[in-house]
Amino acid sequence: MYSMILKRLGIGAITVVAVSVIIFLGTKVLPGDAAQIRLGQSATPEAVAALRAELGLDLPIYQQYLQWFGNFITGNLGQSLSNPDVQITSLIADRYENTLIVSVLTAIIGVPISLALGVMAAMFPGSIYDRILTFTSVTLVAAPEFFTATLMVLIFVFALGIGNAVVVGSTEGKDLFQLIAHFALPIATLCFVIASQLIRMSRAAVLNVMSSPYIEMAILKGVPRKRIILRHALFNAIGPIVNVVALNLAYLVTGVIVIEIYFGYQGLASLIVQGVQTRDFVLIQGLGMIFCGTYVVLMLAADIAAIVSNPRLRHPK
Amino acid sequence: MTDTTQTTQSSDAGEHYVAPFDANVSFDELQDAPPPAKFKLSITGWVGAIVVGFWLIVAITGPFIAPFGENELPFPDDYSEYQTPRLGDATDPETGEERGFFAQVYNGALMGTDAEDRDILSRIMYGAGRTIGISFVATTIAYFLGVILGIGAAVAGPRVDMIVSRINDAFLSLPSIMLGLVMVAAFGSTIPVLIVCAGLIYTTVVYRLARGIGMDIMVMDYVEAAKVRGEGIWWIVTKEIWPNAAMPLISDFGLRLIYVILFISSLSFLGLGVQPPQADWGNMVKENLGALQYGESIIPVVAPAVAIATLTVGINLIVDDISAHAGGKLSKRM
Repeated sequence: MYSMILKRLGIGAITVVAVSVIIFLGTKVLPGDAAQIRLGQSATPEAVAALRAELGLDLPIYQQYLQWFGNFITGNLGQSLSNPDVQITSLIADRYENTLIVSVLTAIIGVPISLALGVMAAMFPGSIYDRILTFTSVTLVAAPEFFTATLMVLIFVFALGIGNAVVVGSTEGKDLFQLIAHFALPIATLCFVIASQLIRMSRAAVLNVMSSPYIEMAILKGVPRKRIILRHALFNAIGPIVNVVALNLAYLVTGVIVIEIYFGYQGLASLIVQGVQTRDFVLIQGLGMIFCGTYVVLMLAADIAAIVSNPRLRHPK
Repeated sequence: MTDTTQTTQSSDAGEHYVAPFDANVSFDELQDAPPPAKFKLSITGWVGAIVVGFWLIVAITGPFIAPFGENELPFPDDYSEYQTPRLGDATDPETGEERGFFAQVYNGALMGTDAEDRDILSRIMYGAGRTIGISFVATTIAYFLGVILGIGAAVAGPRVDMIVSRINDAFLSLPSIMLGLVMVAAFGSTIPVLIVCAGLIYTTVVYRLARGIGMDIMVMDYVEAAKVRGEGIWWIVTKEIWPNAAMPLISDFGLRLIYVILFISSLSFLGLGVQPPQADWGNMVKENLGALQYGESIIPVVAPAVAIATLTVGINLIVDDISAHAGGKLSKRM
């Protein structure tokens, strides 16, 4: 098992390096370079050349890459192009917390609820409850995130009068109820987005276990259905379910971008969109690495969870 | 035909049965052939087909039958102030009457006007062609490249397959929206760039699928037989692999189209896809979102979002039917 996990970790490390190369080269093809952009069109060629030397832009491309990657690992993301006095790290630090709050709260609230719903749907396959749930989740999987968000705004803000359509301001000096109203809509929307995937996948995972011979045996012995699911099936479904949870948290990374913009939430997503609009590619490089790194790590976690939870892989013959 | 069936039943059960050759019997009628299943749409499938058909008609005819131009301002400047559907507390300034949440609109703007006083219905009709067209062309590019590369990797042998697959894995491990952001930042957001960008990003997914299917077929006995017979690679690809790979690949097209539509409209929603003033369902949501906090109508936000959702859900309903017909393998990949 350990050799397999080590192998996966190795593949993960290679993937991170490959991703960094893609992001680095992708942003390198941009017209103009950092020195020119920072000094503006009116700068003298000498000044541009001096700054290029200072930033290491006159080095061969592989040396630039090594320098950039080394800096990234040590936590130095460089200076923003649109605002040279600002360190990217300090720009990100402010927003990082906000994105983290929303993602973690979504995971804490959304994951248990949708798992419970999915397992319950698997308990009564073909029932009205199962069909309604399956149809709703199929619909929400295919719909864009901002459709779900619009639905939430319609329901909560216009019909029920709770929450704000736009999240503005800081969380400081707000009491509990105001805080709930502050975060309610983005978190509710993200919960729906991941729930639609989670319900389908956890239901499929439990149903998959339910079709194995030992469950058939239990049914033939006359064990009640509830006991079969909770005592026999669920433990063997834990592996696939953990895998599904990690995969969905990886989807959350991309989902959060659209939702943050929708609600005007001051997180990392609005920063990266701003970076693309102003073509601040130092910012894009840093944020791209953070998003893709998180995504790769979660995918890796899904892989490792699948290995750890499978007894046959854990104790190979 | 009846004769052959009877011979089988009467023949010795222990002996391996070899079907007698009969020029009149087609392969479908051999008794071990699966029962001929005709593809039929279920009720939900029909609903999906009708919705998708509706949007296709709108996409093609939209610009010709739209009541107003894409960026025309057909109404007086303050039209949206009082004649679009608004929140419950809005009152009609002329009669002082309370107007409902989804109040009736008059003067030809069936769905009201957006934040910049343009007719929403017309913009939806113009946007339909753009959203669907871009996504369709991008998916076609993804399929063209992905299938060629994938089947090529399956045929070319382990070394080429290894190289191409590893490169592909690196791109697959990036979230598609991030790849899109980097590409748009590099090349700008014009429609051709968007199409190529979405096409290339989804090539990776199609590649993996086509390679998997190709690999499965390559180890089949009939391919082995063709190789032993001395057929060339071109013959194997066109006569053995393609006929068997085509059906699963084509039925996956719908699913991929959904993802591309979602991708393109998400980019447009972020303001990095189709650029205003050109109408696209994604950027229509974005443009009118800002006006929400000033108590403007929510219809301009709801209408394009609903348009995308009905289109993608409609395609999904059809895909579900197809995958149920193909043995339910497709729905697992979603």
